[in-house]
Amino acid sequence: MPEKTLDPTPGQTVGPFFAYGTIYPKMHEVVHPYSPGAIVLGGTVYDGNGAPIPDSMVEIFGADSDGTVSRARGAFRRDDHTFTGFGRSFTTDEGHYEFWTRNPGAEAGKAPFFAAIVFARGLPNKLHTRIYLPDDEAALAADPLLSSLDPAERATLIATRLPDGSLQHDIHLQGEGETVFLTF
Amino acid sequence: MTDPQPTAAAPESLLASADFPPQSQITREIQDIHTEYARREAAGEKLPATIYDFPPYRSSLLRHPTKNPRLVDPETIELYSPAYGQRDVAAIESDLTLQHAGEPLGERITVRGRLLDSWGRPIPNQLIEIWQANSSGRYIHQRDQHPAPLDPNFTGAGRAITNDNGEYLFTTIKPGAYPWKNHINAWRPAHIHFSVFGNGFTQRIVTQMYFPGDPLFALDPIYNSIHRQKDRDRLISTYDHDLTVPEFSMGYRWDIVVDGPDATWHEPEEGEH
Repeated sequence: MPEKTLDPTPGQTVGPFFAYGTIYPKMHEVVHPYSPGAIVLGGTVYDGNGAPIPDSMVEIFGADSDGTVSRARGAFRRDDHTFTGFGRSFTTDEGHYEFWTRNPGAEAGKAPFFAAIVFARGLPNKLHTRIYLPDDEAALAADPLLSSLDPAERATLIATRLPDGSLQHDIHLQGEGETVFLTF
Repeated sequence: MTDPQPTAAAPESLLASADFPPQSQITREIQDIHTEYARREAAGEKLPATIYDFPPYRSSLLRHPTKNPRLVDPETIELYSPAYGQRDVAAIESDLTLQHAGEPLGERITVRGRLLDSWGRPIPNQLIEIWQANSSGRYIHQRDQHPAPLDPNFTGAGRAITNDNGEYLFTTIKPGAYPWKNHINAWRPAHIHFSVFGNGFTQRIVTQMYFPGDPLFALDPIYNSIHRQKDRDRLISTYDHDLTVPEFSMGYRWDIVVDGPDATWHEPEEGEH
């Protein structure tokens, strides 16, 4: 790889008024609700006092169920059947985000996860994280990132499977149970 | 449990506190942190361009992680970005002055630039979203209570898809500065928010574009959450007289560079520098 020649543009907070600039129809419907294989992925974003954050934005990007990364367009103009893997959710007044999506797959032996990014008022720059599926314990145990973390940190990256098949995953920007964030 | 009141936390424009610090204190805090970061950097520490823990930006106190992020090798999903195409956005969406029946008030501007990666390669077919205050510094948002007039002919949100050369172009109105309740007499420099996708999900950024020569730069905690002057300079557009359209609009140029992902980055071996 040749040398980089340009300094990157640094990130800034999304501010308080991002909603009208970033909203679009069905932005959190990665797949059509209740379509075959559709699940809900949801949770709450918390601050360092354990209070929910009502003005944050969560984005996910995930592979399809067979592990392929979609290169299809349509994340912005949903046709309700093309799988694009990308979704965006604003948190509610209770700090809750929610997506309709599918369980991502992974290459053989790897642990499937959603790539996720969090933005918020008061958060000076984006935060990357991952939301792992809890189901394949052997794959989770073999994951290089997860196995480098202590148990409490590891737990912040693995979603909980509810009896109805949905995934529950809270994100803590700070404090007790602070989510592990990533740099590349 | 937490009181229900703070859960509906108001944005900056509504927050008020009896013990608001004066601007002089905020400015001193900014300078002290910049000095401290320069010292740490000179001592060899590798620091991110934007400071997450930045107390002069009061809302960041409970919203920044306290631990360093983990360096990971990106997996396949993180090396791609959602795919967009020219037809995802109508051409008119990049002209914020045409969204209503009448002309918005203020100084009409065009903002033009390129989306590049850090190797200088243009990034085509990516979504750029912008949002901004109107020319009097007011957002169309129910929580923006700044008593400046709303403009019935200006919403302040636009979108574009970069062309084959990674170029984008917006026609809009120069936003006004506006007050916010971070401290006494806190005013944000005029800015346009940009949401940008790169070639990889790791390159995704949200940032703000500023205008050259703004007297508020040194006073603003959000702009100064970026600790190096050369990085802050990357957020300031350039007035471009060749881009200025006679009898019509003032031209500003602003290129956006998304980083890496530098998947091959590794800790230097002992003795390797």
